[in-house]
Amino acid sequence: MTETAVDLRAPELCGPGHLACQGCGATLAMRYALKALGERTIIALPACCWSVIAGPFPYCNLGVPVYHCAFETAAATASGIRAGLDMQGIEDVTVMAWAGDGGTFDIGLQALSAAAERNENILFVCYDNEAYMNTGIQRSSATPFSAWTTTTPESSPKADRKKDIDRIMAAHSIPYCATASVGYPEDLMRKFLKAKGIVGMRFIHVLAPCPAGWKMASDMTVEIARMAVESNVFPLYEVEDGVRYHITYHPKRPISVEQYLKVQGRFKHLTPEMVAQFTAEVHERWDRLQRDCASS
Amino acid sequence: MVTTKVLMGNHAVSWGVMRARVQMISAYPITPQTQIVEELSEICASGRLDAKFIKVESEHSAMASVIGASAAGVRAFTATSAQGLALMHELLHWAGLGRLPVVLVDVNRAMAPGWSIWSDQTDALSQRDTGLMQWYCETNQEVLDGVILGYKVAERVRLPLMLVLDAFLLSHTYEPVEVPDEESVDAFLPPYRSEYKLDLAKPAAFGPLTSPEHYMELRYRQQLAFEEAVDVIIEEGKRFREAFGRDYGLIECYRCEGAEVAVLCAGSMTATARETVDQMREEGKPVGLIKLRVFRPFPTAILRAALVPLKKVAVLDRNISAGAEGIFAQEVKAAMCNVPSAPEIHPYILGLGGRDITPNTIRTALETTLESKTRNDIPIWLELKE
Ligand SMILES: Cc1ncc(C[n+]2csc(CCOP(=O)(O)OP(=O)(O)O)c2C)c(N)n1
Ligand code: SF4
Repeated sequence: MTETAVDLRAPELCGPGHLACQGCGATLAMRYALKALGERTIIALPACCWSVIAGPFPYCNLGVPVYHCAFETAAATASGIRAGLDMQGIEDVTVMAWAGDGGTFDIGLQALSAAAERNENILFVCYDNEAYMNTGIQRSSATPFSAWTTTTPESSPKADRKKDIDRIMAAHSIPYCATASVGYPEDLMRKFLKAKGIVGMRFIHVLAPCPAGWKMASDMTVEIARMAVESNVFPLYEVEDGVRYHITYHPKRPISVEQYLKVQGRFKHLTPEMVAQFTAEVHERWDRLQRDCASS
Repeated sequence: MVTTKVLMGNHAVSWGVMRARVQMISAYPITPQTQIVEELSEICASGRLDAKFIKVESEHSAMASVIGASAAGVRAFTATSAQGLALMHELLHWAGLGRLPVVLVDVNRAMAPGWSIWSDQTDALSQRDTGLMQWYCETNQEVLDGVILGYKVAERVRLPLMLVLDAFLLSHTYEPVEVPDEESVDAFLPPYRSEYKLDLAKPAAFGPLTSPEHYMELRYRQQLAFEEAVDVIIEEGKRFREAFGRDYGLIECYRCEGAEVAVLCAGSMTATARETVDQMREEGKPVGLIKLRVFRPFPTAILRAALVPLKKVAVLDRNISAGAEGIFAQEVKAAMCNVPSAPEIHPYILGLGGRDITPNTIRTALETTLESKTRNDIPIWLELKE
């Protein structure tokens, strides 16, 4: 594992004047990502909260070129941009697709899987706020089991577990897959720096808490992002070439899953049975991750 | 220098793409477009064309990646048919309003259900309002020329182009085609340079959230570009003739001098109509032909001037807007409705789903129109089985 120096004071490419809600995790994610990637970056941005956050015509808060693309096309659009740059001999630019969980786990998955299979030289980032926030908090396949959303009301919360996108992407045997969290900026930036240095398809999945959708106070974003990791709900790890698993942060004093759930309004209706089921799933995934790390 | 090759329509596309020095291609196979993809794969693999070919998982991604490449500043191409074109629908708007001069070849094919791989114009025409120019081809020569001329016009007015050729009737039919050499095409069509592209020296956002304060002006500018395209097509058509000896306008009037009735059509059936008009002229019948080559931008003024001297026009539609009528007939009627001395418009539906259009089919339309005593406004379905 090569350690790369990260510099939190790197120039700001995610400027002020954006339109995010207070405490938006997705905005922190972009800020750290661009600090790591630098100004030789081009973004393909599908429909999501970020298409609003970046600002309306003729403004943009990002210091790099941005192509707003159709919801389901981040990976394909980025592939085309890459091809266009390659044909002009421009190779030192990171082409980054930046999509929400909807544009990644759901409607964008077909194009994403195809781009991974072709091992496109792009970086695909999913900032995961665990629902369709742009259209008003509807469930996505990234929404956790039992969570409230406007399409999974408290009387009938989400019955299915969260899709394991990281394993799906790792199963494509792409050079680099990683999870990251806005609660751990150094770890996040290290992963972006590493991804920047790799040629081929790279996938980074960033957990980005959303005060509006998670029904939490807007000053709790970083705290809750950390709790997701400390409870093993969202482990931080990397997978190289689809086989080499490596946990990049081990919770020192793990907290219970229940503690993580309790601080968010979207889980306030949970019965003890639901908490138990949620916890069992977290343990199952964590055990599996440990086994994969041990055997790689 | 010009070489004459015997090419199927699909390969005429590939040769056009090669001569236009397209830099990025992305496409997904669908009958009857497949040979375009196959031959271009071969052309790129062998290094005869220095282009990146992205082999995507769907037409949807094909168009999305072509949009990305065009936005990054290179000449990009894709081709499809029917269901594939329908799958691209959302992206066609993105290319159109994004003002990206890509060329898309649509091999006209009927829409399912009732899987049909045969010719029918409804697929292309149902994309009418997506903001792409639409040009219909009569011959394989026009196909090859259309790709080259297409990029020239598209890049000048910054509008994408859909070049349309009919399934099997052109796509799989071999005809002699003059293939111009590289130097003369390079002289006619220089490398693509865009003022507006994803540029690291000038970071900007393309296509962001656009308020009611600005959106309408974007549409208006698109409309102006279509209006400008009419003149640009004429101008570049003349340059094309100077360079290659063939002239392409928006419409073509064939034996219309002294004609009382003309047949108006688009695509490969125009060749059949030409034959029929020749035969009927020999019999002394006052008939002519109007070929609609360019459907978008719609050549309203040019068409009005061509139609006014006629008594009646038989519009032949190999397509239908269900619940209304043939789409060309609708458009021609709309163009003529405020013209005081407009001819009668007689609409016909024919050849749907690849049913043969023979000289007899066209003769029926012309004779019915000639003999008609009434203004026949409702489409007549030709050779419909009981
Ligand atoms: C084809 C299509 N369907 C639906 C939409 C409406 N839409 C825009 S953003 C969005 C949800 C985005 O969710 P996600 O990707 O999770 O990003 P977030 O808004 O949560 O940041 C939807 C459904 C669209 N723009 N395009
Ligand atoms: S809804 Fe959530 S993700 Fe969207 S801008 Fe607000 S805080 Fe950020």
